Amino acid sequence: MEFRQQPEVRMRGPLMDPRDPGLLFEDTSAGGNRHKPSGVGKGPDVCPGQALLSDPMSNLALVYGSSLASHGKEMMDKNLDRFIPISKLKYYFAVDTVYVSKKLGLLVFPYMHDNWEVNYQQDTPVAPRFDINAPDLYIPVMGFITYILVAGLALGTQNRFSPEILGIQASSALVWLIIEVLAVLLSLYLVAVNTDLTTIDLVAFSGYKYVGMFLGVLAGLLFGRTGYYLSLLWCCVSIFVFTIRTMRLKILSEAAAEGRLVRGAKNQLRMYLTMAIAAAQPVFMYWLTFHLVR
Amino acid sequence: MAFTLYALIQTAILFTNAIAVLHEERFLSKIGWGAEQSIGGFGDEPGIKAQLLNLIRSVRTVMRVPLIAVNSVCIVLLLLFG
Repeated sequence: MEFRQQPEVRMRGPLMDPRDPGLLFEDTSAGGNRHKPSGVGKGPDVCPGQALLSDPMSNLALVYGSSLASHGKEMMDKNLDRFIPISKLKYYFAVDTVYVSKKLGLLVFPYMHDNWEVNYQQDTPVAPRFDINAPDLYIPVMGFITYILVAGLALGTQNRFSPEILGIQASSALVWLIIEVLAVLLSLYLVAVNTDLTTIDLVAFSGYKYVGMFLGVLAGLLFGRTGYYLSLLWCCVSIFVFTIRTMRLKILSEAAAEGRLVRGAKNQLRMYLTMAIAAAQPVFMYWLTFHLVR
Repeated sequence: MAFTLYALIQTAILFTNAIAVLHEERFLSKIGWGAEQSIGGFGDEPGIKAQLLNLIRSVRTVMRVPLIAVNSVCIVLLLLFG
């Protein structure tokens, strides 16, 4: 309580009230004990309309300080929101248990699902809680962390573990993710598709392969190399199918997405792009995990 | 392959520098990638080559000044810390 009053004392140093040398700091308590120097101070968030302070100068300084603090806070919020769109990020984390379990099932077995379209609600996608096809960031983030932990576990069983290895694995996987997202963005720009895929969507779709990766490494830990290869093969094929079916609706134009084959160089190029994106996923999955399983 | 974040930053700076040093009239026009050759018709299909040329030109225009600053910082840091 005392050190909260201190900045105001320093701020009004030259304006110190000469009438009151015994009162080193003002008493901002709500009650009437203004004569007690050790009142319960509420600090800068006292209501500015309160005129209980004995010194008008310190009242002014208090109001100025509180307005400065709130102004700084809202400026920081605004600037942070410009770089990292926090409100948009909240959409991607609006998940619940049912969605997560269904999506995980879809990632390893996408063959039975028929309707891959994202439901829209007045031009904005519905939150992932209500639509299983919507991308989210919860599963990629959790999958990434689980992959790092399982990698540490795998290296530990081979006596190759040290605490720096975890950091190296994490930054290495993150760098490959960034490279992949940049490559996909570049190719989407070059092919000039009009899609509503945002960067965060691409990060989400590229992050879904971490689930397959850590399942493969886990199987490799439990069942040896054959287990690793089998489960990795299964997860690679499923991620391939999943990515193709999801990206096809987003990248290709409406006609081709419905299954009718539309001739033309434009759609063919887009189909190649979708297949290239999907084919990059198993490559990355193998590349980032094969050194973990011996 | 252990990539660090620092390696990514280095790669990005090197790539951007590489795009920025492509001279317009000495090099790009000679191989048919000049700025005036990409202004095609106004159809809705720009084509990959036109998009690539646009990208190169815009990267050069936008990143010229920041690259000067970033390169100076890199030079100073490398001189100081090896």
